[in-house]
Amino acid sequence: MFSLLQEAATHAAEHTEDAAAAVAQHGDAAAHGAEAAGHAAEASTGLPQLDLSSFPNQIFWLVVTILVLYWVLSKIALPRIAAVISDRQGAITGDLMAAEEFKQKAKEAEAAYDKALADARSEAQKIVAANRADIQKELDEAIAKADAEIAARTAESEKRLAEIRESAAADATTVARDVTAELVRSFGGDVDQGAVDKVVDQRMKGAVQ
Amino acid sequence: MATEAHGEATGLTFHPMDQFIVKPLFGDGPVHWYTPTNVTLWMAVVALGIIALLVLGTRGRAIVPSRSQSIAELAYGMVHKMIEDIAGKEGLKYFPYIMTLFMFIVFSNFAGLLPKAFTVTSHIAVTGVLAFAVFFTVTAIGFIKNGAHFLDLFWVRSAPLAIRPVLAVIEVISYFVRPVSHSIRLAGNMIAGHAVIKVFAGFAGIAAVAPVSIIAVVGMYAFEILVAFIQAYVFTILTCVYLKDALHPSH
Repeated sequence: MFSLLQEAATHAAEHTEDAAAAVAQHGDAAAHGAEAAGHAAEASTGLPQLDLSSFPNQIFWLVVTILVLYWVLSKIALPRIAAVISDRQGAITGDLMAAEEFKQKAKEAEAAYDKALADARSEAQKIVAANRADIQKELDEAIAKADAEIAARTAESEKRLAEIRESAAADATTVARDVTAELVRSFGGDVDQGAVDKVVDQRMKGAVQ
Repeated sequence: MATEAHGEATGLTFHPMDQFIVKPLFGDGPVHWYTPTNVTLWMAVVALGIIALLVLGTRGRAIVPSRSQSIAELAYGMVHKMIEDIAGKEGLKYFPYIMTLFMFIVFSNFAGLLPKAFTVTSHIAVTGVLAFAVFFTVTAIGFIKNGAHFLDLFWVRSAPLAIRPVLAVIEVISYFVRPVSHSIRLAGNMIAGHAVIKVFAGFAGIAAVAPVSIIAVVGMYAFEILVAFIQAYVFTILTCVYLKDALHPSH
């Protein structure tokens, strides 16, 4: 009985337009069977993807969605992201250029510093040289003065020495004359003061030298 | 009917394809072209998600981007570079269109991985429209930009003259098969992954195999995350390749 009903129901499901007629023919029980079979038929059509009756609905909503998305993306989202990315690129390029500029400035500052240092050094050297020259001059003057003084003193000493020597020589001559005259007298000779002096002086010339 | 009977007998219920059924959101009436259905709902979710990421996420316009802005810029940069690398500078004119396709597909694929979700890209009606839209757009661009020279695409000048007609036939066939493979690749991947997860999940009804089933579902889910991105990427990259053919038809 059940299989018979089922067969009828399947038949009815296949010709869904005739379903009402089939129901009318077979009564309540057949209607129940048709419902079950209808459900079965729905499941057994296989993939819901191939259910053509849902296509217009899906395509309509897809077109709506895609158009909305295309509008939003092309008018708002993508220009904004493009602007942000190019802004960032610009900022990075700007920062890099600024950094380059600062680097250049730093280099210049370093060069200026080096120059100032070199200037200061040469200035210092100049001052040192000038001081040294001054000191040298003073020193030279002092040395010259001292030399002059030494020379003067030496000259004076020499003079005195010469005097002493002279007086010593004179004393020696006098002593030698006296001794010679006394010796001659003691030998009994006649003292000719003039001759004695002459001989003594002659002898003394070699001795004193 | 057979599976149903089997399911009733063992306590297992396998309805791996039920997740793809298009149902009205309100009531149980027929699905007209304007009826708000679960397709409507999930497309709205996808659209709002994309707007949240690309519009709200970038509202700061920050030089140093926030997380959401980084992701938005990453997506932008990826698609932008893809078009530039494959189709060249002229291809960038169509960037908003390709970006819309990519974002829609990638968000649909990921939204479909949410529990209880409806995967709009698992429907051949949806992927078919997307693929044919690409096909017709690209063909139109090809003829507008190159005129009759667009047909050089099918006339392989680098091949010997004798085999060129044969190649031309093959090229023409492959050209017209493009939208079909383009759409079925995406929908097929989505259907298969989701159905397999459902089947594995169905086995969890038996206590003995439940742990294995759960591990399998987790593994499959991880795999599907990968597939969700890869299929969106593949769809987009193929669109770029077709665009390149339209812009530079000579081999």
